[in-house]
Amino acid sequence: VENVRLLDRLSSRRAVVGTLYLTATHVIFVENGSETHKETWVLHSQISSIEKQATTATGCPLLIRCKNFQVIHLVIPQERDCHDVYISLIRLARPVKYEELYCFSFNPKLDKEEREQGWKLVDLNEEYNRMGVPNNYWQISDVNRDYGVCDSYPTEVYVPKSATAHIIVGSSKFRSRRRFPALSYYCKGNNASICRSSQPLSGFSARCLEDEQMLQAIRKANPGSDFIYVVDTRPKLNAMANRAAGKGYENEDNYSNIKFQFIGIENIHVMRNSLQKMLEVCELKSPSMSDFLWGLENSGWLKHIKAIMDAGIFIAKAVAEEGVSVLVHCSDGWDRTAQVCSVASLLLDPYYRTMKGFMVLIEKDWVSFGHKFNHRYGNLDGDPKEISPVIDQFIECVWQLMEQFPCAFEFNERFLIHIQHHIYSCQFGNFLCNSQKERRELKIKERTYSLWAHLWKNRADYLNPLYRSDHSQTQGTLHPQIAPCNFLYKFWSGMYNRFEKGLHPRQSVTDYLMAVKEETQQLEEELEVLQERLANLQKSQSGNNKVKSKQQDRSKQFGLYSSNNSLANTPQEYSSDLKSFPSRSPSQGDEDSALILTQDNLKSSDPDLSANSDQESGVEDLSCRSPSGGGCLPSEDSGKDSDEAVFLAG
Amino acid sequence: MEFAELIKTPRADNVVLHRPFHPAVEGTLCLTGHHLIFSSRRRDNAEELWLLHSNIDSIEKRFVGSLGTIVIKCKDLRIIQLDIPGMEECLNIASSIEALSTLDSVTLMYPFFYRPMFEVLEDGWSSFLLEQEFEHLSSVTNEWRLSCVNKDFSVCPSYPPVVIVPKSIDDEALRKVALFRYGGRFPVLSYYHKKNGMAMLRSSQPLTGTNGRRCKEDEKLINATLRSGRRGFVIDTRPLNVAQQARAKGGGFEQEVHYPQWRRIHKYIERFHILQESFIKLVEACNDQSHNMDRWLSKLEASNWLTHIKELLTAACLAAQCIDREGASVLVHGSEGTDSTLQVTSLAQIILDPRCRTIRGFEALVVREWLQAGHPFQQRCAQSAYSNSKQKWEAPVFLLFLECVWQIHRQFPCSFEFNEHFLILLFEHAYASQFGTFLGNNESERAKLKLPQKTMSLWSWVNRPEELSRFQNPIYEANSLVIWPSVAPQSLQLWEGMFLRWNRPSRFLEEAEEERINIIKYNKELQAKVNVLRRQLAEMETDGEVQEEE
Repeated sequence: VENVRLLDRLSSRRAVVGTLYLTATHVIFVENGSETHKETWVLHSQISSIEKQATTATGCPLLIRCKNFQVIHLVIPQERDCHDVYISLIRLARPVKYEELYCFSFNPKLDKEEREQGWKLVDLNEEYNRMGVPNNYWQISDVNRDYGVCDSYPTEVYVPKSATAHIIVGSSKFRSRRRFPALSYYCKGNNASICRSSQPLSGFSARCLEDEQMLQAIRKANPGSDFIYVVDTRPKLNAMANRAAGKGYENEDNYSNIKFQFIGIENIHVMRNSLQKMLEVCELKSPSMSDFLWGLENSGWLKHIKAIMDAGIFIAKAVAEEGVSVLVHCSDGWDRTAQVCSVASLLLDPYYRTMKGFMVLIEKDWVSFGHKFNHRYGNLDGDPKEISPVIDQFIECVWQLMEQFPCAFEFNERFLIHIQHHIYSCQFGNFLCNSQKERRELKIKERTYSLWAHLWKNRADYLNPLYRSDHSQTQGTLHPQIAPCNFLYKFWSGMYNRFEKGLHPRQSVTDYLMAVKEETQQLEEELEVLQERLANLQKSQSGNNKVKSKQQDRSKQFGLYSSNNSLANTPQEYSSDLKSFPSRSPSQGDEDSALILTQDNLKSSDPDLSANSDQESGVEDLSCRSPSGGGCLPSEDSGKDSDEAVFLAG
Repeated sequence: MEFAELIKTPRADNVVLHRPFHPAVEGTLCLTGHHLIFSSRRRDNAEELWLLHSNIDSIEKRFVGSLGTIVIKCKDLRIIQLDIPGMEECLNIASSIEALSTLDSVTLMYPFFYRPMFEVLEDGWSSFLLEQEFEHLSSVTNEWRLSCVNKDFSVCPSYPPVVIVPKSIDDEALRKVALFRYGGRFPVLSYYHKKNGMAMLRSSQPLTGTNGRRCKEDEKLINATLRSGRRGFVIDTRPLNVAQQARAKGGGFEQEVHYPQWRRIHKYIERFHILQESFIKLVEACNDQSHNMDRWLSKLEASNWLTHIKELLTAACLAAQCIDREGASVLVHGSEGTDSTLQVTSLAQIILDPRCRTIRGFEALVVREWLQAGHPFQQRCAQSAYSNSKQKWEAPVFLLFLECVWQIHRQFPCSFEFNEHFLILLFEHAYASQFGTFLGNNESERAKLKLPQKTMSLWSWVNRPEELSRFQNPIYEANSLVIWPSVAPQSLQLWEGMFLRWNRPSRFLEEAEEERINIIKYNKELQAKVNVLRRQLAEMETDGEVQEEE
């Protein structure tokens, strides 16, 4: 469709005209005119909703909201075209078969062997060995060999040595969806562990001997402690309501030596609505400070983030400080339980704060234990009530921790944002389906590629320059502040306003420091070369030999990274009064908001995230360096004319 | 007056000091004329706390049996608690602190008694003279002149003795204009934009009154800053209705009929007690110890502090935009021209002028646009967020300015030579200091108090290399561009370094800062080493070639 206008979300002034293409996998908008033909690519699987608004004089507006929080506002001249686009997108955005998803057609031009290597990058067996199991207390159980006991669990599960197959099977029959207690994290230092399960089918009075034995076995696997915590991550009211349905929670009287604890994290429906409300706030056009803060509070989002963090902190403290094992569950044990176990692991073990370790953590607590990626993130057309930002919340918890412990994580914010993006993109096979069983049946590993290999290949882009493996923050358990801590949780505009670059800091400290570190490394190399040459020269000169190897001055190659101001930077709308000022060029607008934003404000999605990412090495426009690494790009002054023209049209 | 009269109990032993995130320490408390000194002599960790009485904002006392407790809330927002055994001692100490922290005579303040322990390399009192600024200006334009019309402060008591005005306007005209502007604050040059020759002027409101008085000289003065055929903007920091109401009291605004070349924009910036209340509420919210996430955000919202920040930044950006993008001259004023006016003109310069983002340039800006321009520091900074007195003069006007600078700094972290600590330092010294810089309300008062002769300047101290190094931003790279900040709510954050400074553990953040410094330092060291080697190598190679040729 030609002559489509792409509107800037914050400014009706900054519209660009271009052509809209629909392909089997992407919506592509190509700008007319400008030499660069800037392109905006959106994967169909990223589309969360499409809204056709009432036709106006200028055309028919189409609003596309994406799961990575991009909002694209198009105006299509012909109502009929708009309708066609709308109908096609509705169909394309809601595939019904896995085979329709992008990862089955995505080909990063890797051979079979490379693909297999990619899938081997994260190996959970290795991970359990790293934790220190199997050992005297824990062993691998094959009861779920062919998914016979629990179809949402992995085949290989670690359980206490004293838990026989009889106990496991008995316990599984007493747990929702047969998700019996299994090991999530083992603390080598003191034998304390984090186990996970679903809720018991206790109703008002039911008991299960095997389940009681199972919990007893978990306690015995930690000889240093005479009780275990059972953490129910639901609000007490919800758990009690479940009893009426024959489910519920553990009765302390029936289990010997447990301490039962509720930690009120709300369910997926509350979270979905909360995110919805927060996104509405993000989408407000020129909100006042009060609108924003009030809306943010009203969404309750940060309160929920804090609840998840609190649960993680409680468990980490029990394991690290008290040396007590913890069994965590919620209802089915695949949402809140996954969040809480992974936050606790992250606090406890520095390994999970490295890039590789973080991949392992997601693979362990989310992918292998049957977090329902397909349902939660709506990869295939399904029940909208199943959709909920569960892993988004976990990713945000990590970001909140990164803000509090700037040196503790090997990776940076961009790493988190890209993982979030790919959970929805369906470009890689990692997060397809709802369980390991389904993934095996689909032969994911033979037919798709692994995200982890892709991220690992580009790991230089995801490094936190402040991370040092010998720094105190990278050792041992993290202890986030408990009180007063309300102000520690902040709105993450880097994620939720990710595509409004104009709202973000214009210079990135991270990128700047990475550039400096890169230069430092080159300097170190050069220093070595120079020292060597100097030594040779001294030797050879004494022997009066001639040295004629004029080496290229390497400093020119990396030069100075001084032009960190290359981002186009123009004023925002600071006053609506300016519009009435008789400008030197004729005013043509009828609208009254003279919002001016950065030229780059509505960037297309990050290059390495768009379809042609196979040819991109992850170069992002987040960089504050100029791409050339030296010399100023068109400065404010020289770029002024074009900007001013836009301004005056307003 | 002898301070000793006010100190009945100069010393108390076995006092316990409580501070957030520090273990309680026992030690000795001493009171002197200007300081409260607490020292613990524990062998493992001897420490001393020196607190200026003038830093104390409020003091509360309570008793449990004979153990008295004094809670001291400081102007720098810190709260400390002292447990003092003995009711009488405690009462004495409390009343002494109260008296000593509320001395009403300026000449009794510590700066008049302070003797520096450092060598003065450069007298800060003469570091930033308007004459130097004018010299700089003369190198690019000759449209302006220095006027000494106010040399004895008779034309405008709140202006400095010299000001910069359009060349074509003589002193006689300036005197007439002064009569037409509130408090005699006639329009003067605040900033000259070299890039396009546009000027930013500031003044107070014109005294048009209800019958629409006019002043030909005033019109001529501000028109003198316009290029032929071009227009200018008047940015009035009051809403239209307030400006209209001001006419009833003799004030007013520039009417279109008399100023046809000027377009007026009203950009409301909140004033005085509203700001002070907002400040108090914000600090209260930050000190709230409850765990409830909801209450925090609604309290932050209710304080309106960030709303004021947003309004102020928006107005400053607008002024900068008019100058840089519209190519127009700008006149900024509110009512008195000593508060919101200065906020706008100084922030606009941060945006427009790279010089103001250096340490030296920022100091010059504070001197020029705040101290010399007559912002009444002594009145505005008499009390901070914990005061319960309801005097109407206090307002965190300067703090708001500093925070706006911080907000821009956050968005352009590589474009400022100074760091956040430098801004906090200025905040602290504006409220309580051993230096005379921020005493008095204007240059006239400072001259009467003979501050340059009798007190030390903050700049004399801070500009010494060993102090300066603490305030340098490790990742600074000079940026010659105009920097346009975003004023969207998502882009504005609470200034944690200021408001949560005393109630959050900062270790991890400090470690991060240290890492940043080390990364840069190591890079520079390597660079230097490589350069030395390169030079050596080059020399040896030429030597070698010379030898060869021989």
